[in-house]
This record gives sequence, structure tokens and C-alpha cells, in this order.
Amino acid sequence: MSTNTYDAIVIGSGISGGWAAKELTEKGLKTIMLERGKNIEHIKDYVNANKAPWEFEHRGGRTQKMIEDYPVLKRDYPLNEVNLDYWTNEKESPYTEIKRFDWFRGYHMGGRSLMWGRQSYRWHDTDFEANLKDGIGTDWPIRYKDLHDWYGYAERFAGISGNKDGVPILPDGDFMPPMDMNIVEKDIQKRYKEFYKDARHFIIGRTANITVPHNNRTNCQYRNKCWLGCPFGAYFSTQSATLPAAMATGNLTVRPWSIVTRILYDKDTKKAKGVEIMDAETNKTYEYYAKVVFVNASALNSAWVLMNSATDVWEGGLGSSSGQLGHNLMDHHLGVGAGGRVEGFEDKYTFGRRANGIYIPRYRNLNGEKRDYIRGFGYQGGGSRSGWSRDIAEMNIGGGFKDALSEPGSWGFGMGGFGETLPYHENRVYLDKTNKDKWGLPILAIDAECKDNERKMRIDMMNDAKEMLENAGVKDVQTYTSEPVLGRGIHEMGTARMGRDPKTSVLNGNNQVWDAKNVFVTDGAAMTSAACQNPSLTYMALTARAADFAVKELKKGNI
Amino acid sequence: MNRRDAISRVGLILGGTVIGAELFMSGCKSGSTVNTDDLFAKETTAFLNEVGETILPETATPGAKAANVGGFMAIMVRDCYTADDQKVFKKGLSQLDEASNKKFKKSFMEADAKQRTELLTDLDKEAKEYSKTKKPEDPNHYFSMIKQLTLLGYFTSEVGATKALRYLPVPGKYIGDYPYKKGDRAWAIS
Repeated sequence: MSTNTYDAIVIGSGISGGWAAKELTEKGLKTIMLERGKNIEHIKDYVNANKAPWEFEHRGGRTQKMIEDYPVLKRDYPLNEVNLDYWTNEKESPYTEIKRFDWFRGYHMGGRSLMWGRQSYRWHDTDFEANLKDGIGTDWPIRYKDLHDWYGYAERFAGISGNKDGVPILPDGDFMPPMDMNIVEKDIQKRYKEFYKDARHFIIGRTANITVPHNNRTNCQYRNKCWLGCPFGAYFSTQSATLPAAMATGNLTVRPWSIVTRILYDKDTKKAKGVEIMDAETNKTYEYYAKVVFVNASALNSAWVLMNSATDVWEGGLGSSSGQLGHNLMDHHLGVGAGGRVEGFEDKYTFGRRANGIYIPRYRNLNGEKRDYIRGFGYQGGGSRSGWSRDIAEMNIGGGFKDALSEPGSWGFGMGGFGETLPYHENRVYLDKTNKDKWGLPILAIDAECKDNERKMRIDMMNDAKEMLENAGVKDVQTYTSEPVLGRGIHEMGTARMGRDPKTSVLNGNNQVWDAKNVFVTDGAAMTSAACQNPSLTYMALTARAADFAVKELKKGNI
Repeated sequence: MNRRDAISRVGLILGGTVIGAELFMSGCKSGSTVNTDDLFAKETTAFLNEVGETILPETATPGAKAANVGGFMAIMVRDCYTADDQKVFKKGLSQLDEASNKKFKKSFMEADAKQRTELLTDLDKEAKEYSKTKKPEDPNHYFSMIKQLTLLGYFTSEVGATKALRYLPVPGKYIGDYPYKKGDRAWAIS
């Protein structure tokens, strides 16, 4: 056996890649996980995690140099001084925007599992059945019952804190104890419940921050600095959770600086025999061989790898025979919501910085309701007392001003919506063969936009937010909205969708590429529709399920 | 500011001027060609520290000078400001002195504490009035810049965060119903 031969290859080390590595190695497969960027070692390499605010020269802000270097990242909150190193170098790895698409990437060990928002929600059959009912895209080949046990499996290992709220549309999971709502959120929740009864729900967020010690990880210390990397391992990331589990098996090899350039497809066996990589430091190419390949490079890059593979057989690449590879790109649209002032509670404050907020699950277009758009949206938000950056209208400068700003201001509450995006065939990525990245590889062109359904939904997202907050007693409620931009949700999905028919989908119900049965895609690319819940927990469940299937098939000699 | 904070906060800052916060989200014009070396001269740092101290003076807790906001302002203007804003800021320093000369026949550094407060109170009003009608493409007011940087520099400094505010790097727990009485200091941003 050559030293470049393994049982399994995992492309990518983010949330789903880490899960694939853990599951495959625990089932006894000698596995290599290929990461295109540098290694980031748990705790040791979280170099800013324990710094005080004054230890950052610009106090966490952005310099003109950063703005120039990161023309995409600068468009939203991620461009900042404290974890800049976790975001992809845009000059080395450009992409072509046919229409504006905010692609916020992390090319390093752990991928975006280091910086993710950690909100973790199950899907419901309403979500899995939606395409079939609406006659949109293609039908999911699975239903909630297929993922139910895998959701529980993923939650128990990852450590999801949450409350069993009994909300029909948002199934309860196997949770750790929930984080607390603060006194103002509880008051709003009470009024909300009085007004909406059981028609709408206002719940504590379900988050991948552990609230009790778990697998040698320390429970959340309420620093709210998660995205720097957690020295306590208190939130789920590849580094804190799946990587140590995979390493413990003795079956995992990790290779950073490994850009997978293509999957090696064998025409005779109609299977992949391995992958070709380019070493990102030396630009040398190598081949690795395995019986099974898991593609977990993140939705757009997984599509990129497939499009670059087996082009001698299919011009559009491996998995392109359906004409769907790279198409049906989805995200969640956001940047719309409302906020206002909360009266009273001057004798109340909070202790600790909770890396979580409240959640309002979807309530639109359910139980027979029909709006002028289909699908729905949820909200995330929170209540807090304002800090020193507030304006004090009646004060200008001086000692009284300083002392007043040194005390907390009044309470407020704000929230923003996350809306479902439909799978439009014409929203797509494709290879831009005229432009290359630092390594001479073709880059992606992205051509996608929100359409009428999303735009109509956003009107409700804005107006409902105001109405609900007013009904719950929030004062001076003001709304905000923005031009919907795809990518901004950082939930790219759909570019190698699952389906029931090889003519209309790239993957089958077990995440196998129809055209190469030993190739599995289990990241956001696999998603057939987007729902409005944060998607990562579903990727975890899909990955664990597909890995289980893959190993069984290997044992049976089917792949 | 992570995403959830951004979502909640956007809802909260509507309608109000958020001093300091906008620095972190501001748009840009690239290509800084303004020389800002003079902002780092000893006299300039001392001048900016005195302006900062007038905005946030020592009370029961230390003032802005103790946090060296003068040095901080120079770094921020050099690295984070657009060329246009750099020009406005630099010119603003002499405008501030001119205003002092006009009002008291003294430079700002020669003016006493009471005069300095009077002058900057006027400038603060002027800047607020200007901001009310300012179009996005109009230049920022230099005093708004100085005030923002003073607040940001002070409350995120070690002195400001640990003396004027309460700094708690590792809370260890979350209490959503925590008692507060008037005079208790706010928590510093971590």
C-alpha cells in the first residue's frame, strides 16, 4: 500500500468536514483530511483570545489598509482587527461577481467552524416537504424521520444548549440546559405569549455553546469572544470537538496547505479513485487514493472541486450530468428588522456576556395561511442596556457627561430576520476560466440574486417585527431594511443538491454523487431547499448519516 | 461585534447618533496620501490629551489624559481615517485653536479649565447642529471626530475600562436578573 493511500479522503475541515473525519475514523477507516489553508491548533493558535480591548492598537476597528485589502469582507461586520487572520485573503483568492455576492470565507483548519454564529435548529417536515408542495426546484429525497436520530446524535456530541419549547415547527432536540433570558427578555416573552398565545413563540436561542462540561470541554464562561477561538473549548468547532475525537482513533491524518484541484475519476469503475492536490506552499501536485471521498469544502468550493473533476467525461465536471451542478445557489436573506426602547427595569442589569440571544421561529404561511409569498422567516435578537457609545442629548462634555456614560443607559430590544431563499436554477456559480487565483487555478464566478418572493417576504419581515415588538410593550419601535444581498447570510447552499432523480439532482438521498457512488457531498452544497433556520446542525446530521451509510456500503462491497 | 450583536444593535441604534460605533462600520475611500506624522509630535499629543481631558475630565475616576487619548487619536487618524477625514481632522486642530483665540484671545493650551470647557461646549453644539443637516457626502465635523475618538479611546483603554467601567474578562456565568443601583458602573466591552 502506497503511503498516499487511505480508506477515506475528506476534502475540507470545517463543520461538515470535521464531522466526516470523526465519523469515518471512529468506524475504523484510515482517513486523510485535506485542508487548503494553514493549520490552526486548538487554544495555542487562538492568539487574540485572551487579549484585553486595549491590547488592540485600533481597539478592534478597521484600518484603511484592511478596507483596501478586503473589498468583500468590508461590506459587513466581519472585517475587524480581532480575528482578521481567520478570514480568507481576497487578493490571493478572488472570485468574480456577476452580481454582488458577499462571500465571507475561512481558509484554514476548522474553516468557519471557528467563526460561526453557533445557532443550531432542527428542520421540520414542513421544510422537507416544501419544494414538493410548492412545485419548486426538486423534492427532498429525505424527510424529518430520516434525520431525526441523526439530529439527536449530532446534538449530543456537539453540545447544543436550548430549551424544550414544544414549538411544532421547530422540533425540540437533545439539549444541554438552556442559557437564561434576561429580565427584559422574559418580560417581553410574557407579553408576547399573552398576545400571541400559541400562534407564535419567543424562545431562548439554541446554541452550540455548552452549558455544562462535556468531553473534556469547559462550559461557557460568558465572555462572548467565541469568534476568536475559545480557550475553554466551550463552543463547537472542528478544533474543540470533532478533530480531537478523530485524532483519538489513531486513524486520522491531517494535511494543511492542500488545495484539492480535482477528484480522480476512473471511467472503468465509474468511481473516484482519489484526489489530486496542489500544495499551497510549494505549488507541487500530489495524488491521494482512497475508497471513498467526502467533499466538504463549503457549498461553493465543493461545487468548484466537482466542476474541475472528470471533465474528460462530462464537460461540466463530476456530477454535472443533471445540469444542476453549481445551480440553485441559496442563502438566507437578512438585514431587516426593528428595535426600540424598553421602559423601566432601571434597577436591573445583567452579569456576564451571553453569546446567545432570543429566537422567534417561523410562523408565516403555516396552518393554511397564504401570504403573497411562499415560505417564511425567523428572527434573532436580544435585549440589553446601552453602553458608553449612546448619545446623551442633553449633555455635551465634562465630568457629569463622563460619569453618566460610565453607568449603563436605558434598556432596549432589537431583532433581525432570517428569511428563506428559494432555489432558483439561474442562481448559480460556474468556473471563470479567464481569471485565476494565486495558484493559477480557475476562480468561481457567482451570478445570483434575491427575487420577487424574497422581496415580498421582506416587507412582512420588517412590518411584523415592529408590530410584534409593539404588541410586547416595546416603545418607540423603529424598523430598518436594506437591499437584499445574497452571501451576506453566510449560509451558502444548494450548488450540488440532493434529489430523487439523477436527471434533476447531483446527489441521491444518501448524499452520494449519482455519477460516482463513492463520492459524498455533505456540506451546504447538498441542500435542496434553504428553510429559514440556521443550517449547520443539519449539515452535521446529514454528514453523520452519510458516513454511516458509506461505511456500510463499503463493507457490503457496494462502493 | 459579532453577527448577533450586530443584529440586536442595529435595532437599537436607529435614530440616534452612535458615537464611536460608526467608526467600526464606516465605508471608505481608499488611498491615503495625507502625511500624519505631525499628529505624533509631543506638542500635538499634549494638545489632544488636554482636549480629551476637557471632554472627559478626571472626576472620582481618571480622565481621558490618563488614558493618553491624544496618542490614540493620532494612531486612529493615521490608520483608520480616509484621506478626506484626515485633512478635516488636521485642519480642525488649528480651527480649534483659532476658535479659542477668537473667544479668549488665548490659545487653547493657554486657556484655563473653565474657558476650555466653555469653548468645547460651544464646539460640541456647533458640531451637533452641523450633523443634523449634514448630507452623507458632506465632510464630517472635526469636533465630532475628536469627541468620538476621545470616547472610544477612553472607555476601551485600560484606565477607562477598569476604573470608569467594570472590566470582567471571564464572568464564568450569566445572570439575567442582576441588581443595579444608580451609581453602579457599567460593564466594559470585552
